[in-house]
Amino acid sequence: MLDIKNLHASVEGTEILHGVNLKVGKGEVHAIMGPNGSGKSTLAQVLAGHPAYEVTEGTVALAGADLLDMSPEERAQAGVFMAFQYPVEIRGITNAYFLRAAVNAVRKARGEPEYDTIDFLDVLDEKLKVIGWEDTFLTRAVNEGFSGGEKKRNEIIQMAVLEPKLAILDETDSGLDIDALKLVAEAVNTLRAPDRSMVIVTHYQRLLNYITPDYVHVLHNGRIVRSGGKELAHELEAKGYDWLRQEAAVAG
Amino acid sequence: MTAVAVERVAERTAPYVTAHEEFVRASAGPAWLQDLRQEAITRFAAVGFPTTRDEAWRFTSVERVAAGRFSAPPSGIPAGVREAVARVVVGEPHERLVATFVNGRFTKELSTLVGLPSGVVVGSLADAMRSHGDLVRTHLGRYASAEANPFTALSTAFVADGAFVYVPRNVVVEQPLQIVFVSSGGEEPIVSQTRALFVLEESAQLSLIEQYVGAGEGTYWTNAVTEWVVGDNAVVDAYRIQRERTDASHTATTWSRQGRSSVFSAVNFAFGGHLCRHDIHAVLDGEGAECTVNGLSVLRGNQLMDHHTTIDHAKPHCNSWELFNGVYDERARGVFTGRIIVRPGAQKTDSKQTSNSLLLSEDARSDSQPQLEIYADDVKCTHGATLGPIDEKSLFYLQSRGIGGQAARNLLTYGFGAEILNSVSLEPLRAHLDDVVHARLENRAH
Amino acid sequence: MTGIEAHVAKPYELGWETDIESEKAPVGLNEDIIRLISAKKEEPEWMLEWRLKAYRHWLTMTEPTWPNVKYPPIDYQAIHYYAAPKQDKKPTSLEEVDPKLLATFAKLGIPLTEQKRLTGVAVDAVFDSVSVATTFKGKLKEAGVIFLPFSEAVREHPDLVRKYLGSVVPTTDNFFAALNSAVFTDGSFVFVPKGVKCPMELSTYFRINATSTGQFERTLIIAEEGASVSYLEGCSAPMRDENQLHAAVVELVALDDASIKYSTVQNWYPGDEEGKGGIYNFVTKRGACRGRNSKISWTQVETGSSITWKYPSCILQGDNSVGEFYSVAVTNNRQQADTGTKMIHIGKNTKSTIVSKGISAGRSQNTYRGQVKIMKSAEGARNYSQCDSMLIGDQCGAHTFPYIDVRNSSAVMEHEASTSKIGEDQIFYCQARGIKAEDAVSMIVAGFCKEVFRELPMEFAVEAQNLLAVNLEGSVG
Ligand SMILES: Nc1ncnc2c1ncn2[C@@H]1O[C@H](COP(=O)(O)OP(=O)(O)OP(=O)(O)O)[C@@H](O)[C@H]1O
Ligand SMILES: [Mg+2]
Repeated sequence: MLDIKNLHASVEGTEILHGVNLKVGKGEVHAIMGPNGSGKSTLAQVLAGHPAYEVTEGTVALAGADLLDMSPEERAQAGVFMAFQYPVEIRGITNAYFLRAAVNAVRKARGEPEYDTIDFLDVLDEKLKVIGWEDTFLTRAVNEGFSGGEKKRNEIIQMAVLEPKLAILDETDSGLDIDALKLVAEAVNTLRAPDRSMVIVTHYQRLLNYITPDYVHVLHNGRIVRSGGKELAHELEAKGYDWLRQEAAVAG
Repeated sequence: MTAVAVERVAERTAPYVTAHEEFVRASAGPAWLQDLRQEAITRFAAVGFPTTRDEAWRFTSVERVAAGRFSAPPSGIPAGVREAVARVVVGEPHERLVATFVNGRFTKELSTLVGLPSGVVVGSLADAMRSHGDLVRTHLGRYASAEANPFTALSTAFVADGAFVYVPRNVVVEQPLQIVFVSSGGEEPIVSQTRALFVLEESAQLSLIEQYVGAGEGTYWTNAVTEWVVGDNAVVDAYRIQRERTDASHTATTWSRQGRSSVFSAVNFAFGGHLCRHDIHAVLDGEGAECTVNGLSVLRGNQLMDHHTTIDHAKPHCNSWELFNGVYDERARGVFTGRIIVRPGAQKTDSKQTSNSLLLSEDARSDSQPQLEIYADDVKCTHGATLGPIDEKSLFYLQSRGIGGQAARNLLTYGFGAEILNSVSLEPLRAHLDDVVHARLENRAH
Repeated sequence: MTGIEAHVAKPYELGWETDIESEKAPVGLNEDIIRLISAKKEEPEWMLEWRLKAYRHWLTMTEPTWPNVKYPPIDYQAIHYYAAPKQDKKPTSLEEVDPKLLATFAKLGIPLTEQKRLTGVAVDAVFDSVSVATTFKGKLKEAGVIFLPFSEAVREHPDLVRKYLGSVVPTTDNFFAALNSAVFTDGSFVFVPKGVKCPMELSTYFRINATSTGQFERTLIIAEEGASVSYLEGCSAPMRDENQLHAAVVELVALDDASIKYSTVQNWYPGDEEGKGGIYNFVTKRGACRGRNSKISWTQVETGSSITWKYPSCILQGDNSVGEFYSVAVTNNRQQADTGTKMIHIGKNTKSTIVSKGISAGRSQNTYRGQVKIMKSAEGARNYSQCDSMLIGDQCGAHTFPYIDVRNSSAVMEHEASTSKIGEDQIFYCQARGIKAEDAVSMIVAGFCKEVFRELPMEFAVEAQNLLAVNLEGSVG
């Protein structure tokens, strides 16, 4: 599904990613962990196409197509979805309106007819049923006055509605209380599907008590320094990152 | 300061300086603690009690406290304390986690702390200085600035006991913890120095009910300092209920420091006291941290409640919300000063501050002022304020629906408080406070 | 231009010029010029005297310097105070109007001919100093509504004009109002008699065409007891390197239970990217809620002009009267706007609402200046003010100066203010959901201005929204 080869990326002239290699197969869930400032968000932003990040070397293929060649909206239209670490607020525009604009943009790009307001409400209903959440957010403006936790949940709603092929979740677990965390994890588990791959970036190991990834990678200093199964997460929980730092220092 | 002013300060601080010498002799403690106390009393002796000439105190005269002679409280459990505690704790008796402090001292007989998750510590600060010396040393008095606030200086100078709560990494305390600070004066006017230190590690979670109540009949003044250390990704849901006796004085400061992605919510209810001042100083010191500080004051008679908040956005992507509502009847007075600081580099700050005051009588008064200090350019800061009597049109509307006179006024007034009451997510507490607010509006005892 | 700036700089679309011969008064200002204007308009003697009195007072006044705008001194002797398309005789019907003029307005989206004219909207089209045509006059007359070019009203309804003219904005009010009173040329006059709800929207479109001229229009709207009317003005001008002065005065009077809704979509030429040229829009607009339960509502979408200086205000005299001000002011490039409102509460239980949205891009300066005054007599007065600024890029400025003066303790005041930045992150968020950058910009701006747009008459809400999208295109990306 996703094939990242030797990816180098910099921001404001400083290289942050120093050659990332990562293969995510169809339907697989990969967790990316790593200490503060290791480049996890940078990787997520580069995949979504944030203009502040410049790719200086390497390739990224999405189902065989060159992802780096696409504009952010083309990536979204091709099925890439990133749940933002800091979702942005759009005043006066309701979530329902925003989601319709997003869904229609994708449909238009695919040459499918756009939904009108009424039809779309049914579509929304349908999609929200999947994760079993109420639609109290829909009539509120996008993230306006939302608490951090509400914003994170709103990202999950968007993911449920947009049905991506590749979902990248950047710290969707941060700033959540335990109940909200369980809720989000449950929804993510429900949205796991054979034709949907996920890359879950997390800062806190705790999330992986609720979502079991197929693979775990540790990003350190802009490189993946360790990959393994879910047991790697437990190892990290027990030992922290310091041993990896030492290993990296020895190796590097 | 002029020579006269210095003399005036000295005259009023002298009894405390003398008392401090005695206090230090009587209370042992490690060197770091003695240093901390010494620095604090020196600071207090130098600045003395604030006066209305100090910008931060211009609406509130603390003369009543400054001119009074308050001595240290006697030990023991004075009459009426047990009942006072029973009146304010909420929830099913067998599930309660309650820690009671009488005149600042941990009182085991009035506490029930069974069923705490493993690793969690709740109890006496004096004990913690021995059992968790390093933790206490690292945090005690490190956020509560003696420099910034003379009452904090006085508290730190006399720090001996108080509440200590520690929640280790990834631990969730499911039951709300209730801390009751009871102050009770004797023959002599007393100052009850209450102190609390909360330390939460990464991804820890705690709900807290912190109450201040009075018992007995003697004159007293509560001087409270609470410090919060909220680790990365930790979640705090805190309620502070101030229901001192209406002839008491209450000066308090709450200091919090939050780590990355942490969530701190503090809802402050003020019902009691004669002269009350509460300073809240929240530092958002990690990316993506978020804090909510709400308040509801329901006052009458000659009560004064002065809320002074400072929300310090030190890192990017932090959010803060403040909503302070006040209902003032008879000659009551409310003050709200909301300072928002956005430090250089704290981009994407989103802060909202609202204060609403409802004046139920001609003689009630309320002053509200926002202070914005913004040193970053990509931020959103919203502030709003309302001030005035009950809307005549709404009153008329209710009357036209058959709800007349006082009942209509009470209903509209209650609506004003409901906005804050609804932000209480612990149901037994919400129901309890709902009763308290109703009783206060109807001027019943509660 | 890079990044976000690249999305808000589309050229001014109405900047073309109509090639038509015009007849101008000699350049400069003196009593003879005023007599000439008065003569051109075939005015009665009292009108001329009124003008001259205003002129003499103006001579004693100095230009205000308190607004937060900067411009070189204006040479009031270098302006032509009257300009009109040349015509052999005054047209008496649409057929006799110069086709070039009809074509001009058609191109601006305001067809005036019988077959094409907008349904449901009566239009008065003003070209430089004269009114070209007014549609639906007959239909309105049937309903009892008077909707006429100002100069015609002076001739046909002198008593009404005399009774109300200058009663809200006295000739001595301020420098530009005094100047306008001396030299005003055309504008619209609306009178809605007792109990009449005006059956259609009324609209005036102002077009400046001639060079080196100023436009000094005068509008007077009166709604008698229980009457109501909704009025909209629009405006535009050719692109020129020179600055042209537009100093208008608008007066509204609402009697008991009457309501007036006044909307403006202002799109004067804003000058080029470097700030060369553009209209100086120095306008005095004021409404008097004289009657009990009367209501005046101002809605403005200000996107044009190189400098805007304008404070549509309400004097809330009648008990229970209501004043509203909804404003979107957009500045880009080198534009400067200093705009806001004044709400003067005199009557009991008077209520005012202020919603101001400022959007600044480029190197522009956008200032909100508002005053709420609650007089001693205004028992139970209430005000709600909301003032939001949005910055695009980091070279522009947004400033807010609220003045609040409360002299009655029963008043309830509510205010909210915010400043935010629309940036790459917001656009990227939309893009990451599949939405194109341009669509994202208009969506974000529309959301920000929502509270104001929904106050505009339906027909114009869409236009205003499009106008904004055009204006900001290029400044975000
Ligand atoms: N827009 C930017 N401008 C400048 N430096 C940046 C920018 N974005 C990221 N960086 C830098 O790149 C490095 C990697 O940051 P990144 O946010 O990708 O780390 P992270 O692994 O997500 O960290 P965290 O766990 O704290 O979220 C950091 O040193 C950071 O300061
Ligand atoms: Mg990150």
